Amino acid sequence: MTRQAVAAGVSALALLTAAPALAEIKIGASLAVTGPAAFLGDPEAKTLEMLVEELNANGGINGEEVELILYDDGADPNKARTFATRLIEEDEVVAVIGGSSTGATMAMAPLFADYEIPFISLAGAVVIIDPVQEFVFKTPHTDRMACEKIFADITSRGMTKVGLISGTDGFGASMREQCLDVAPASGVEIVADESYGGSDSDMTPQLTNIAATEGIEAVVNPGFGQGPAVVTRNYAQLGIDLPFYQSHGVASDEFIKLAGDAANGLRLPATPLLIPDQLAEDDPQRQPVQDYIAAYEAAHGEKPSTFGGYAYDAFHLLVNAIERAGSTDPVEIRDALEATEGHAGVTGVYSFTPEDHMGLDLSAFRILEIKDGGWTPVEE
Amino acid sequence: MMAGQRPTTSAAPADTGRHAYLQNKVTRRRAIGPGLRTFLIFAVLVGLGALIFPSSYFYRVGTLVWINTLAVTGIVVLLGYVGLVSLGHAGFFAIGAYATAILPNYGVPSPLAMLSGVLLAGLLALVVGRPILKLSGYYLAIATLGLGMLIWMVLSKEAWLTGGPDGMTVSGMNARNLFKMVGLNLKSAEAWYWVAGFTAAIGAAIAVNLAGSPSGRSLRAIHDSDVAARSLGIDVARAKSRAFVISALYAAVAGGLLALANGYITPETGGFMHSVEMVTMAVLGGATSVFGALVGALILTALPQVLTVFADYEHMLLGGIMVVTMIAMRRGLVPFIADLWTRRKS
Repeated sequence: MTRQAVAAGVSALALLTAAPALAEIKIGASLAVTGPAAFLGDPEAKTLEMLVEELNANGGINGEEVELILYDDGADPNKARTFATRLIEEDEVVAVIGGSSTGATMAMAPLFADYEIPFISLAGAVVIIDPVQEFVFKTPHTDRMACEKIFADITSRGMTKVGLISGTDGFGASMREQCLDVAPASGVEIVADESYGGSDSDMTPQLTNIAATEGIEAVVNPGFGQGPAVVTRNYAQLGIDLPFYQSHGVASDEFIKLAGDAANGLRLPATPLLIPDQLAEDDPQRQPVQDYIAAYEAAHGEKPSTFGGYAYDAFHLLVNAIERAGSTDPVEIRDALEATEGHAGVTGVYSFTPEDHMGLDLSAFRILEIKDGGWTPVEE
Repeated sequence: MMAGQRPTTSAAPADTGRHAYLQNKVTRRRAIGPGLRTFLIFAVLVGLGALIFPSSYFYRVGTLVWINTLAVTGIVVLLGYVGLVSLGHAGFFAIGAYATAILPNYGVPSPLAMLSGVLLAGLLALVVGRPILKLSGYYLAIATLGLGMLIWMVLSKEAWLTGGPDGMTVSGMNARNLFKMVGLNLKSAEAWYWVAGFTAAIGAAIAVNLAGSPSGRSLRAIHDSDVAARSLGIDVARAKSRAFVISALYAAVAGGLLALANGYITPETGGFMHSVEMVTMAVLGGATSVFGALVGALILTALPQVLTVFADYEHMLLGGIMVVTMIAMRRGLVPFIADLWTRRKS
């Protein structure tokens, strides 16, 4: 009896003393791992899991292990909000990464202000950071920037009259609107504006209309998924020889496979992730891009996507902020995060300010041209 | 209280005492009618939840359970009482939600905005339901499927009004302020829990009262046989249309509540999957009873939260549970358990 009591006491004591050594920094994530936005959430989740493992193997943050608590919200804003509440209240995380989609992000966002927890979104829309919310940051560039970058390239080639052919999906519709909005400021005139449904299999009529527009000099296709590949093939079939631009939405090797030879010669804005070996030696993004690709290929046996890159940057920005804060207090982490300057990630070089919670400028985008089924950076 | 006083005032003679007691019992049961009883049971459950919930997270899940219960109660009226399947109820849900989100931007106060959404949903159900419900068979399922998709498309395409596929922020009232007016300082998650729970309780009571009313009985007569009901002099098309409108109202109220509680909505609220989810909840819990709506909503809302522990198997487990329930208890959980209970008693 006594012996058992002593044994129990000893083991209880052992457990108690062992507990502080397992001190952990909890980081939460709510991503669309399954469902309609799984193409975003899946590489993001894989990236975060890989990075946490890697970080802990190297001794964690300031000697403390990191625990990732990841929920799958299926891009459902309703679920995302519930999971965010859960992460904050039940799991007591110090920061949250996530929201693969804009809807999920915006549903979660008000909670972080209430509880004063820093939040880094992986979704694209401008509304996330404009107006700036104190505790909300994001890593992907906006579609507005993609438009500006494309227009800058068009004007640098001495052209001004542009035709748009946009998808009616969320991505295409949002980018079309942003392009129309920034066109005057970029010195570009939109002379044609056509659209197509996401599952349409032939866009020849719209393209014929555009090509017949008087004075047109270049064509831009804001879109996502299959649509842009069809547009690209139709473009080549019709023999239109105006300069052709795609968006960052299709910046993947998959797109070249889908569009085939028709893609040769078109340009698009993309992250340096597509051209790891063509980056200059002194490019600040060369190192993170090559590290990420090597680590991801080793862990998952496939190439990382642009979207996984957003998660890579979010995680590193956060870890970096926690290290600099030297604390796991959420408000101090937020302050350190906002003070981030010149952090080179795979998407771009981040510098946050109280007025800018995305921290990227146009240099984050590289204009690439597809040549012989591969990517070539365009000299600026 | 009033009912309890009746026998004493009648001053019954001793030999009829037993009879008077019985009468008393009968009148008592009438005083607490089925509707009020349902309301009280729901109210107790809402209170019980609040007693055991340790954090806002639980209140949040609780709020969703009550909002879903409300929406599914509408499905119970349509599917359980009349036997009609709607695959577009998320559309009505979304009309309630988007009206609550959009109108405050034009200066309409939130409660009024929600009311307009509810009325609009009811009106749409009336206009669309009337011609369809004159036909028998599966026309309603197909027509509502189309209607739901149409509403979803409008919500996703009309970006100037609805924010498009990315959704829109719902500005406006917070339930906290309601409680502040009476001097209670609650967290917003708790406040919404009480509002949603209370609304669901009222909704359930109305649905139960409806079932016992003459028009509810005519609905159930239609459920068993259109022809028999018509031969009894029931205007079948009209009764069906009334049930359809009522269930649309339920969905719209639930939608408005969700919009306010979440502060953000996307067109997915009106998507096909959401319609299917509502019908699934009703069928799983038992479409003939409002308690079925509660149990179905509880299981399909709370279970995924529990199953996150088995993240990789979540969908498999959820699917498995539903398949087993449907094979073993075809009428849904609540009727099955009620049957077991009565069989045991006898």
